[in-house]
Amino acid sequence: MKFSFIKSRKIPLAWLLLTRQPLRLIVAIAGISFAGILMFMQLGFRDGLFDTSVTIHKLLDADLVLISPRSKSSISMSGFPKRRLIQTLALEDVEKTAPVNLTYLLWRNPENLKTRSILTLGFNPADSLLLDKDFSRKAERLKNPGRVLFDKLSRPEFGPIEDWFLSDKKVETEVAGKRVIVEGLVELGPSFGADGNLITSRETFLRLFPANPKGSIEIGLVKLRDGSNPILASQILKKSLPNDVRVLTKDQFVEFEKNYWKNSTAIGFIFSLGALMGFVVGCVVVYQILYSDVTDHLPEYATLLAMGYRLKSLFFVVAREGFLLALFGYLPACFSGQILYSIVRSSTKLPIVMDSNKTILIFVLILVMCMGSAGIAMRKLVDADPAEIF
Amino acid sequence: MPKSINRKDNNLKTVSINNLSHFYGENENKKRVLINVNLFIKKGELVLLKGPSGCGKTTLLTLIGALRTCQSGDLTVLNNQLNGASRKTRQKLRRNIGMIFQGHNLLRCLTAEQNVQMGADLLRNLTYLQRREVARKWLSAVGLEEHYKKIPSGLSGGQKQRVAIARALSANPKLLLADEPTSALDSVTGREIVLLLKKLAKEQNCSVLMVTHDPRISDMADRILNMEDGKIFNALSELR
Repeated sequence: MKFSFIKSRKIPLAWLLLTRQPLRLIVAIAGISFAGILMFMQLGFRDGLFDTSVTIHKLLDADLVLISPRSKSSISMSGFPKRRLIQTLALEDVEKTAPVNLTYLLWRNPENLKTRSILTLGFNPADSLLLDKDFSRKAERLKNPGRVLFDKLSRPEFGPIEDWFLSDKKVETEVAGKRVIVEGLVELGPSFGADGNLITSRETFLRLFPANPKGSIEIGLVKLRDGSNPILASQILKKSLPNDVRVLTKDQFVEFEKNYWKNSTAIGFIFSLGALMGFVVGCVVVYQILYSDVTDHLPEYATLLAMGYRLKSLFFVVAREGFLLALFGYLPACFSGQILYSIVRSSTKLPIVMDSNKTILIFVLILVMCMGSAGIAMRKLVDADPAEIF
Repeated sequence: MPKSINRKDNNLKTVSINNLSHFYGENENKKRVLINVNLFIKKGELVLLKGPSGCGKTTLLTLIGALRTCQSGDLTVLNNQLNGASRKTRQKLRRNIGMIFQGHNLLRCLTAEQNVQMGADLLRNLTYLQRREVARKWLSAVGLEEHYKKIPSGLSGGQKQRVAIARALSANPKLLLADEPTSALDSVTGREIVLLLKKLAKEQNCSVLMVTHDPRISDMADRILNMEDGKIFNALSELR
């Protein structure tokens, strides 16, 4: 009984059928890998979009976030009265608050003098804003007007700011047509919505963007006391504050941003469609390979049927071929995906990573693709008439 | 029922056919290819089936081999009535029937040993290694012990046919059906193959029905049947 696996061991027919024509096998693996790479890239870009769109959101040191009900995402924020943020202090659980202004301003590249939109955050330097140990120290430097902190992960089109800053060169340029001096560097990262980020004091922000209505802020950060329940606190604040402000927990704020990109723009859909196209291309490739394989070996399959093999056994052979193709197609796809992700990361600074969710999802998709195609190719097996081989 | 085919003899017969008819096509295109065929094959008997092309030899072979559905008449193979038999019954029966094809039909991706083992794999209660031993035993029996690891493209026509014989015999069949097994072979090899087949079949107590046009092997048969226009003329003749 314990050696039953030895009894059930059979000649690896699926493997031998596949490897009989190495060139065709290589073409099949290349086709499946290509489809896999396509899916890896499309899903990578999609997830990268969602991840980068909330890079700053995740770094904000807050339990609750107040925004305007008219705000749709970080790229289209509307203002709300700052006094709503002050009103939250009436709740015992609230420890402190921090008003934040946020908008896109034009940054001039100090090297080639070209301008480009940069996402600019304005806050009070005395308020803790980011979950970064050094941030408070860096924020001190913003107390003087016209000083900014530049995101060193911003795209290179903004100029060689990091290099100049680290070489002790005074980095001076224009934002919204007004002179600013870079006083420090932070690490935030670009997103699909913003190629670069700039942090400054609210005083400087209002100087750079004088059109901002007085007493209006785009984001209100609320830090709760230790042990407070953010969901409960947000529910209390929702009831007590007027309708001109929306109260979200930090997680809800992150979801609010992600949902915008998922549901209100074509970008998420486009990348999902791209992944679907990869899946379809893969299906066609695998189906063609397996179908021609079954057709080529039809007399051999018919011989096996004539010998007394069951049609079900032959279905298993084709299914195993599908499984092997999935396995061999997936491995190079995953390896190439890793390489391409690192290239994309270094050239775009987008945080595209090969996480376990993606690797499992794409393996499952490739498996479904190969097994589904094998299932369709099996229909051809029914044509294997053992009577015709005599 | 003809006198020579009675119940008493049934357990001695591998194949028993009464008034078997078979048609191809439908309606006005319907063509009768077998007409009231009566035939029996005894255990261990080597029967040659001769006749011109298109007379229905291969159709008869495929019906006996449970590869086609029996349309009309009685067809009993290894005590299984095939008229009205289910697909599963026919598939199970085929495990007891060895088949040797004109084109040998070896699996191109398998070695000689693996091809024979595909036949042995149908045997129950044997381990993988035992089945491989069976394959090697039959390859040795057909004189191919030096060619275990060769794929079909590396074998001559005669060697391929020997592998096909070894494969057919490796599943311990009770009936062997062969369609022109010597047609692609020279006369010496052809005789060798049929002699080998006869010897091995006798050892296995296996009946053999062989379709052939080859006059060079007629002397080796226990019985020769002649078929023409879907009819067998000397079907009930006794052993020579």
